[in-house]
Amino acid sequence: MRRVVVTGLGLVTPLGGDVETTWTNLIAGKSGAGTITRFDASNQKCTIACEVKSRDHEWGFDPDKRVDHKIQRQVDPFIVYGIDAAGQALEDAGLDEMDEALKQRTGVSIGSGIGGLPGIESESIVLSERGPGRVSPHFVHGRLINLISGQVSIKYGLMGPNHAVVTACSTGAHSIGDAARMIRDGDADVMLAGGAESTINPLGVAGFAQARALNMSMNDRPEAASRPYDRDRDGFVMGEGAGVVVLEEYEHAKARGAKIYAEVVGYGLSGDAYHVTAPHPEGKGAELAMRMAIDKAGLQPADIDYVNAHGTSTMADTIELGAVKRVLGEDLGGASMSSTKSAIGHLLGGAGAVESIFCILAIRDQIVPPTLNLDNPDEGTEGVDLVPHTARKREVGAVLNNSFGFGGTNASLVMKKVD
Amino acid sequence: MSDTADRVQKIVVEHLGVEADKVTQDASFIDDLGADSLDIVELVMAFEEEFGVEIPDDAAEKITTVGDATKYIEEHKG
Repeated sequence: MRRVVVTGLGLVTPLGGDVETTWTNLIAGKSGAGTITRFDASNQKCTIACEVKSRDHEWGFDPDKRVDHKIQRQVDPFIVYGIDAAGQALEDAGLDEMDEALKQRTGVSIGSGIGGLPGIESESIVLSERGPGRVSPHFVHGRLINLISGQVSIKYGLMGPNHAVVTACSTGAHSIGDAARMIRDGDADVMLAGGAESTINPLGVAGFAQARALNMSMNDRPEAASRPYDRDRDGFVMGEGAGVVVLEEYEHAKARGAKIYAEVVGYGLSGDAYHVTAPHPEGKGAELAMRMAIDKAGLQPADIDYVNAHGTSTMADTIELGAVKRVLGEDLGGASMSSTKSAIGHLLGGAGAVESIFCILAIRDQIVPPTLNLDNPDEGTEGVDLVPHTARKREVGAVLNNSFGFGGTNASLVMKKVD
Repeated sequence: MSDTADRVQKIVVEHLGVEADKVTQDASFIDDLGADSLDIVELVMAFEEEFGVEIPDDAAEKITTVGDATKYIEEHKG
C-alpha cells in the first residue's frame, strides 16, 4: 500500500504569519485574542476575536509576500490566507519549483467551512444601495470555497486533482484525510491539503452570536475568553487563518531526500445523526471517528501520546472528553490532551488543518502545546492531563487530531513519527 | 500629463498592481498590463465612478488601451 507522509507546512494564524512564529508563540503560551479591530463591533453581543494581525504587528501577516496585489483586491481574505499558507508549505517541502511531470501528479485540496462571507456581505450592500451594475465582476470567483485550490493550482501550475472540502469545522481535517486517500489511491503523488477561514465580519460574528455559539460574557477580558475544559467556559472565540500541508507518497519523498515530518496513518469519519449544531450528548459520532482512525492506523489506543482536542470552549468539551476517555481510557492511557483553540480561537474550516500542523510540530519538537486559561478544570477532568497553562516536553510518537462540525460531521486523524 | 490621464493612471495602478511607469497611454490593458476581460469590466466601473461618466458595454468593448480610456472620458465627462 502507498504510504503518505507530510513534507511541508504552512500557517497563517492569529499568532503569526508563518509556521515558526505561530509555533513559538503557541509554545510560549501567548494568546491571539483581542477586541475586534477589523470593523466597529461595538453594537455586537460579542466584540472579541482572534484576528490575524496586520503586517506592522510583531507577529503580523504580510500578504504581499506571496499573493499578487491584484488578487488581494479581488478575493476574500480566506483565499489570501490559503494561497500564502500553500506557498509556505511548498517552499518548506522544497517543491516551489517542479518539472512538468510532477506538476501533473500534484493536486490541491484546500477547503473552507463558510467561504467568502465578508465579500458576500459587502457586495449585498452594494447591490442594495447602488444596484446590480455596481456589483464587482470578481464577486463570485472571489468568494467561492474551491477558489483557494483554483488559485494555488494556477499560480504553481499544479494539474493533479483540484478539490475542496466543505464540512464546517471539520473541513481542515477532512481535507487532509481525503487528500491522503487520493495519494494512496494513486490519483496523485503530492497533494497540498488544508483549510482556511475568515469570517470576522459583522454578519459572521452576529450569526454565530445569535446561534449562541460565541463567548459573550468576557468581552472585557478577550485573552481569558477561550477556556476549554474550564468550568467558566461560555462559548468559543472566533479565529481566522489557514493551515496547509504538503502530503507526499513516501517513496517519492524518500527518493528526493525530502524532510519528512510525520506519516498520516489513520483517518476516521462519522456523522452524529442527531442535531444541526449540538453534538450527540453521548459523543457517539466522535467516538466512532476516533476508533476508526486508530484502527485504520493499525495502532492501539495506548499508542496515542497526544490528542489535539476539538475543545472549542463550549459545553461540548465535556462530551468530547467523555468520548476520548471511552476510546483511550479514563486517564487517556497516559496521553496528554490540549485545546490550542485556547490560544488561537476557533478557525472553523481552518481549524483541523492548523491543529494537525500543531500535532506534527509536537512530534518534531517532542513538546505538547498548552490549554490556556484552564484555571478551574471542570468536573470529569480529574486524572486527565490537559496541559494547563504551559507547554510540556514529553515523548510524542503518535498523535490524534479531532475536528467536529455543524451538521454533526466528525473527522479524526492519526499521524505518527517516521523512524 | 492631463488631469484625466493622471487619474486614469492612478486607477489602473491601484487595480492591476502594476508599476506607474508601465501605464503609458499606448499600453494595452491585456497585452502590456496583464489584465483579463473581467479586470477591464472592473476598470470601466472604476472610471465611471471616478469621472461620473457612463460607459456603455459597446463603448467599453472598444477600450483596449489606457489612451482609449482617457480619450473616451475626456470626450464624455460633464
